[in-house]
Amino acid sequence: MTAVEEVPLSPAGNPIGFGNMKRVEDQRFVRGQGNYVDDVSLPGMVHGAILRSPFAHARINGIDTSRAEQLPGVLAVITGKVLEGIPRPDLLGDNFAWMPTLSYDTQAVLATDKVRFQGQEVAFVIATDRYIAKDALELIDVDYEPLEPVMDAKRAMEPGAPIIRDDKGQQDNSITDVHGHKDWESGNAIGTAEAIAAAQADPDCVVVTQEVMYPRVHPAPMETCGSVAFLDKVTGQLTLYTTSQAPHAHRTVYAMVAGLPEHKIRVISPDIGGGFGNKVGIYPGYVLSIVGSIVTGKPVKWMEDRNENLTSTSFARDYHMTGTIAATKEGKILAVDVDVLADHGAFNGVAQPTNYPAGFFHIFSGSYDYPNAHCKVTPVYTNKAPGGVAYACSFRITEAVYLIERLVDCLAAELGMDPAELRLKNLLRPEQFPYTSPTGWVYDSGQYENTMRLALEMADYDQLRREQAEKRARGEYMGIGLSFFTEGVGAGPRKDMDILGLGMADGIELRVHPTGKAVLRLSVQSQGQAHETTYAQIVAHELGIPPEDIEVVHGDTDQTPFGLGTYGSRSTPVSGAAAAVVSRKVKDKARQIAAAALECSPDDLEWQLGQWHVKGDPERAKTIQEIALLSHGSLELPDGVEGHLEATTVYNPPNLTYPYGCYVCVVDVDPGTGQVKVRRFIAVDDCGTRINPMVVEGQVHGGIADGIGMALMELIAFDEDGNCLGGSFMDYLLPTSMECPDYELGETVTPSPHHPIGAKGVGESATVGSPPAVVNAVIDAISPFGVRHADMPLTPANVWRAIQGRPVRVDMAVE
Amino acid sequence: MQTPAPTDYVRATSVSHAISLLEEHGEESRILAGGHSLLPMMKLRIARPEMLIDINELDELRGIRVDGDELVLGAMVTHREVLESPVLFEHYAIFRECEKVIADPLVRNRGTVGGSMCQADPSEDLSAVGSALRGSVVIQGASGTRTVPLREFHEGPYETQVEPAEIMTEVRFPIRPGAGSAYEKVERRVGDWPVCSAGVYVVVSDGLVTDCGIGLTAVSAEHFCAPAAEAFLIGKAPTEDNLRSAAQLAADAADPSSDQRGPADYKKHLANELTYRALVRAAAASQGA
Ligand SMILES: Cc1cc2nc3c(=O)[nH]c(=O)nc-3n(C[C@H](O)[C@H](O)[C@H](O)COP(=O)(O)OP(=O)(O)OC[C@H]3O[C@@H](n4cnc5c(N)ncnc54)[C@H](O)[C@@H]3O)c2cc1C
Repeated sequence: MTAVEEVPLSPAGNPIGFGNMKRVEDQRFVRGQGNYVDDVSLPGMVHGAILRSPFAHARINGIDTSRAEQLPGVLAVITGKVLEGIPRPDLLGDNFAWMPTLSYDTQAVLATDKVRFQGQEVAFVIATDRYIAKDALELIDVDYEPLEPVMDAKRAMEPGAPIIRDDKGQQDNSITDVHGHKDWESGNAIGTAEAIAAAQADPDCVVVTQEVMYPRVHPAPMETCGSVAFLDKVTGQLTLYTTSQAPHAHRTVYAMVAGLPEHKIRVISPDIGGGFGNKVGIYPGYVLSIVGSIVTGKPVKWMEDRNENLTSTSFARDYHMTGTIAATKEGKILAVDVDVLADHGAFNGVAQPTNYPAGFFHIFSGSYDYPNAHCKVTPVYTNKAPGGVAYACSFRITEAVYLIERLVDCLAAELGMDPAELRLKNLLRPEQFPYTSPTGWVYDSGQYENTMRLALEMADYDQLRREQAEKRARGEYMGIGLSFFTEGVGAGPRKDMDILGLGMADGIELRVHPTGKAVLRLSVQSQGQAHETTYAQIVAHELGIPPEDIEVVHGDTDQTPFGLGTYGSRSTPVSGAAAAVVSRKVKDKARQIAAAALECSPDDLEWQLGQWHVKGDPERAKTIQEIALLSHGSLELPDGVEGHLEATTVYNPPNLTYPYGCYVCVVDVDPGTGQVKVRRFIAVDDCGTRINPMVVEGQVHGGIADGIGMALMELIAFDEDGNCLGGSFMDYLLPTSMECPDYELGETVTPSPHHPIGAKGVGESATVGSPPAVVNAVIDAISPFGVRHADMPLTPANVWRAIQGRPVRVDMAVE
Repeated sequence: MQTPAPTDYVRATSVSHAISLLEEHGEESRILAGGHSLLPMMKLRIARPEMLIDINELDELRGIRVDGDELVLGAMVTHREVLESPVLFEHYAIFRECEKVIADPLVRNRGTVGGSMCQADPSEDLSAVGSALRGSVVIQGASGTRTVPLREFHEGPYETQVEPAEIMTEVRFPIRPGAGSAYEKVERRVGDWPVCSAGVYVVVSDGLVTDCGIGLTAVSAEHFCAPAAEAFLIGKAPTEDNLRSAAQLAADAADPSSDQRGPADYKKHLANELTYRALVRAAAASQGA
């Protein structure tokens, strides 16, 4: 079933092309020899620490830093007032106290007028060591005047609610996007409304409406965010070591924000200890480390602690969704309409392409064939931490998939139909691809039914249903949950997609040295995705150079060409394609050189992995290694062919790639305690060609663990006073191996027709696809108690309360 | 990285040395045992002792032994030692059952019985065990030692009878031949503190309960126990009805408040359900089932 053909092995035993290969980067990670930002130590380096607001909403009447400044070892204390005094000669703002967000909003670097969320940056201390810097924070006196905090997105929309963004002259808490819209809509409003109304009037149809909340969660990478900045006053060069998933985009934004010349900025992302979208945006701390270096003339390190990471950096989700689904009584879906209230926190810092203010949420029509879909998304400000699209969500596809997969299960319950049967009835058929969805996406390829049938077969679905019936008769509650998801990943075509005006195409550069070893320079930045392994395999596949002979360079803007970074599962679809294309350019050039050496026409040559040979005469051949040496040697080259063997390219994807999959989750629920045990998890993914199946499996494993975490325990909630209730790992629960079963993975391979090697992104598939499978399983288990829905996380308390008919409200403090 | 406030450190060489150090440095000094409660609080700057007095080298505080009709655990016995102790398991399965669900191996390797008791976290699992078994602690100060029943030990959340210049040296538990014991805990995730736990022992003789103890944690039961439920069971047969009634009385002793681990009504329900489940198993064990 796998698309991985038999490939030759290199002397080191690695596949010269696609196939299982151990991750090269693990050599250093398992030895504890990674090099993370916090490992960076520069001569004369000093340390910064941020004073954060204890209040969610308060006016600042004054800040007294004098006691802190007197503490021995403190070099400087920077406040918003100090930043206001530094003019910024650019289009994005007047001074350094504010910076632009990725969504054309503004965010305070240090609060001047008000604090707008608990944990907001208020002052920055620079000291000779980290401990003194933290000690000094306790000596800063801030005169706060507490204001009523707005912690509930619905409250934020009420007339008379406190105005959060009075700095912008707002009259309410609504968010206006860069196009001037408050609500963002997609799909066919009229057609969808009519179809639902007609279904309501038709006795042969049903209409189901369900409120579904995707609560706020946090990416919580093991490595928190941080940076080491050094502005060399002699050369004018700024070097910034930083936890960034997008070093090039960050450099450009710093050039714009700091007014520094871009060629004098070098952004280095060394090893990154997990990103999940948390390291896409630019945080005040990064900017402050730069300002700190300007002020002190020394390298300044700033590294968050866990609490800071969880309470102030980019969250994910926080979508209040109401979905309505209409179908015939036979189970043919007719229309879906969705209304979303999107909580963006205090500053609209969502990372997403400019023209997509709700990200790719409008892919919510899912994997099913029906003509009418419509959504309206209303974003609001609240007194919560800003950020937005983060946590392996493919730009809100996580929310979209969760919504549709919950709605389909609610519909199945209403119809009394098996949820597998209902899905099979509505899945898109192979002949419909490329398929244009009712909200305008063009799905590239899919064999959905095959994938679903494989998942059902692996699970032995019918047997599971029999077991469930027997157990129910004995008063035992097991549940079987399904999800079928389609993602659109690989942002994106330049004409449609940009972030802050930067098009989402990726550059790449491949250089083959005289001895046939190669260096590939990528714009994207791995945070655990094994780029150093898989990109070498792509080049190996194209050129026949063993992967161990290919060095993959990334994470340093001085060393790599421009590109937008790794998030939204975009690396393989965009930069992976670039790697194939640039290799093909090198291969074409190698053909010219081989022809010159073999004294024949390039047209007479044929490629066989690793060499060009004369058609019909395989003995007359030049290997890629020989050609590399020839290209650097004295061989007379034909007109127009330059020496050396290298190429660059910029890959502009023609479309997104559309990975998909079908997941089955089996749980056991103890109704006496509400505890859920995930017993089995079957995941069949179709991400097209698998470059390294082992790496794909790793991504899927991690994503399912994420999904189990979100479905059962992860949550950033707030109390009425604005306190964040998920500020440590004692409160923000991440799943462990004990909560995760042995995963049962399967695959189908339907290559992307427009990607040079047929690959699709898979980084987020499992994070997107697994939460609805787990939730559907739990709801299925407790459906005999009349439960049709309960919001995540399905903690023991929440499950028990759902059984009692009183589910808890998850986004506020538990009552 | 979390950074604690400035602090000093000294290593005690004997219990009396530790006590004199406590007297010397006064209220702002603290005993450092396993450090798994104290250090996290220091890193969050919730605790900021000026002097840490490390008692990890005091062998006199280690070891598990039988002393007459009592089990004796030194204050520096680790969770792991309790978990793996054959002698404790021989007398009370509750020790192993409870320790299995306390934290994770890293914490259990260093966290101590003394630290757990003296921390007096309202969700401490060992406090439920200690109260259920009617254990007592031995406290030593400059003027000598005293023994305090665990059902009088706690003065409130994080408050115990151990005075600032005193050290807890050991915990003692009466041995009860024929007792069955069990521990039931609901946690949101492995390694998490309990939403609620119930620990019990039951002695059934000639079909009647002759002795029992019921401990509860994380639900604000006074002294982590449920005396009314215990009194109810004495002299009764361990039937489903009787155990259910006792469990209900145990839940009445709980006065939980809502937090992110769960709403109060759920915790109260758990006090009932978990007590019942523990009683069923303990009674069965006592009857040799
Ligand atoms: C991640 C994590 C999960 C946990 N989960 C659980 C759980 O599920 N259930 C549970 O019950 N507990 C749990 N704990 C708590 C753990 O059991 C306690 O941290 C630990 O046992 C306390 O013992 P310690 O030796 O580490 O105490 P320390 O942290 O060293 O000390 C705690 C306090 O007791 C004082 N003290 C210590 N020893 C003495 C003594 N001999 N005399 C006088 N005072 C003394 C100290 O001065 C300090 O104030 C968890 C802890 C962590 C870090």
